[in-house]
Amino acid sequence: MTKRYTKDHEWVCLDGDIATIGISKYAAEQLGDVVYAELPAAGKSFAQGDDMAVVESAKTASDVYAPISGEIVEGNAAISGENWQIINDEPEAGGWFVKLKVSNKSELDALMDEAAYADYVKGL
Amino acid sequence: MITETTSGNRGLLQAEPLIFETGHATGTGVDLPAPKGLKSNLGALTRKAALDLPGLSEPETMRHFVRLSQKNYAIDLGLFPLGSCTMKHNPRLNERAARFEGFADLHPLQPTSTIQGALELMDELAHWLCTLTGMPAVALSPKAGAHGEMCGMLAIKAALEARGESHRQRVLVPSSAHGTNPATAAAAGFTVDEVKGDEDGRVDLEDVVAKLGPDVAAIMITNPNTCGLFEPDIKKIADAVHAAGAYFYCDGANYNAIVGKVRPGDLGVDAMHINLHKTFSTPHGGGGPGAGPTVLSAALAPFAPVPHIVLRGETRELREHMQGTQAFGRMCAFHGQMGMFTRALTYMMSHGSDGLRQVAEDAVLNANYLLARLKPHFSAPFGDRPCMHEVLLDDASIKPKGVETIDVAKALLDEGYHPFTTYFPLVVHGAMLIEPTETEPKRELDRFADVMIALAERVKAGEVEFFKQAPKLTPMRRLDDTRAARQPKLRWRRGANDAGAKVAAE
Repeated sequence: MTKRYTKDHEWVCLDGDIATIGISKYAAEQLGDVVYAELPAAGKSFAQGDDMAVVESAKTASDVYAPISGEIVEGNAAISGENWQIINDEPEAGGWFVKLKVSNKSELDALMDEAAYADYVKGL
Repeated sequence: MITETTSGNRGLLQAEPLIFETGHATGTGVDLPAPKGLKSNLGALTRKAALDLPGLSEPETMRHFVRLSQKNYAIDLGLFPLGSCTMKHNPRLNERAARFEGFADLHPLQPTSTIQGALELMDELAHWLCTLTGMPAVALSPKAGAHGEMCGMLAIKAALEARGESHRQRVLVPSSAHGTNPATAAAAGFTVDEVKGDEDGRVDLEDVVAKLGPDVAAIMITNPNTCGLFEPDIKKIADAVHAAGAYFYCDGANYNAIVGKVRPGDLGVDAMHINLHKTFSTPHGGGGPGAGPTVLSAALAPFAPVPHIVLRGETRELREHMQGTQAFGRMCAFHGQMGMFTRALTYMMSHGSDGLRQVAEDAVLNANYLLARLKPHFSAPFGDRPCMHEVLLDDASIKPKGVETIDVAKALLDEGYHPFTTYFPLVVHGAMLIEPTETEPKRELDRFADVMIALAERVKAGEVEFFKQAPKLTPMRRLDDTRAARQPKLRWRRGANDAGAKVAAE
């Protein structure tokens, strides 16, 4: 199970054909305390790069893009239950946003692995 | 609440609870005999519970509102460096003109024969706005900047419909735009497509050209942009946009930097709102809605909203229909905000065209003076070249020390300044956007720069706690904005607050 990152700071972790998606630790730190997030409903389909979710902090509001194409299977109940803090506390674990049934696994190849993303963030 | 004094007051600054907490539910400021023999006709609808309005005597009421007013920071108190807001002095001459009864005491439904002077003033203001911007028409009625944007985008929509090109749905908006731009485009029914900024903080011409297409309705660009920089490719962008059959909306929020120097019409602009409360010195939010007149190019002028001011012989009329026009509708019930029109025209006439040119020059000079003084002490992302009317700093150099933009802003409160704009534009991390305007003298700029530099020195000395504790001297200490956003209390309720519950129990 490998984790990949986008330039827009989403992470995606593939298990079989189900991808778990969230925002990176770097993104969560940059946002500061999250005060709102909006997840897409199960059954909705997205192409890679589409606006998929919204996350807001006291500083700013930001779109979360689909890092890979597919159909939403499940949203994180903790986030729907307004536990925004989990996004700041565990951005790359319990603070995941959605699970998505992937339609084209090869799209992952273009994304960065952990080491490449760490380098990318260093350059920002 | 302040806890250092018994009274809760701080020096001569009074602590003031909410009016519901000070006022006694059964008290009243007026001593009238209880009505006798009054029979209610409301039957079952008669109120059973008390109304629970706060009762205060006249002096208590007076004090309440004066105390609140003293908690307000205003341009009349000090430098208000809020970037992209152009917080300039509001000349008192404007106020005198706005209070002339021939302008101030009109009713919008008065016969036009009795308001000829007011109509002439509006016509004269329109003439100044058209001349300064090099545009043939102006809609005076929009009530604020974003309302003016709406006016411009609706005119574009109407023009596209008239051309039979309603399929043009996409509006290009740069990543550095004011948030109102994409919001307006979306509210007008368009979809928004973001255009990248280049490394110099400007709109990327190549990305604009790449994103243009037969489905593009318009581009919305702020010039000078929100990084405080002039867009040098603006004419090329306008030409490319027009060649692709789309329109160019210019966000006029930063017009103060170029008024009298550049005519947006010459840059190929099709529509631009003008915030009279920025460039033309009317109060921000002063006593009612503001005014955001929108100038329109020849291509969009026929679609301008009604009413039109028409001169027939010696008299002016407000017309709802005019031959050769296809107005998209109207922006508000009547003709716009007379009080702002009077103030803005007073400002224009008292400065003259040469004076307005100097406004832009001095605004840019003041900003560059601050940039030059602050650049050695803070990170200035585009500080290697002159800025326009505002200085963009960020927290890149102080963040490694544990202090960020919000902390500097809070420390400025203790120093007696309204903070600069924080975390905007979004394209720069930890942005601090400072706009001094032309109305600040050099000694005031120096005072502010000294304070900013002293704060930078404190960061260097590692005084992180000083910043995290700030503000210490304000009536309220640092608020928990996370909790306020996560658990907002949007309504006051009696009993939910100790002070209020105590009053109710008395």
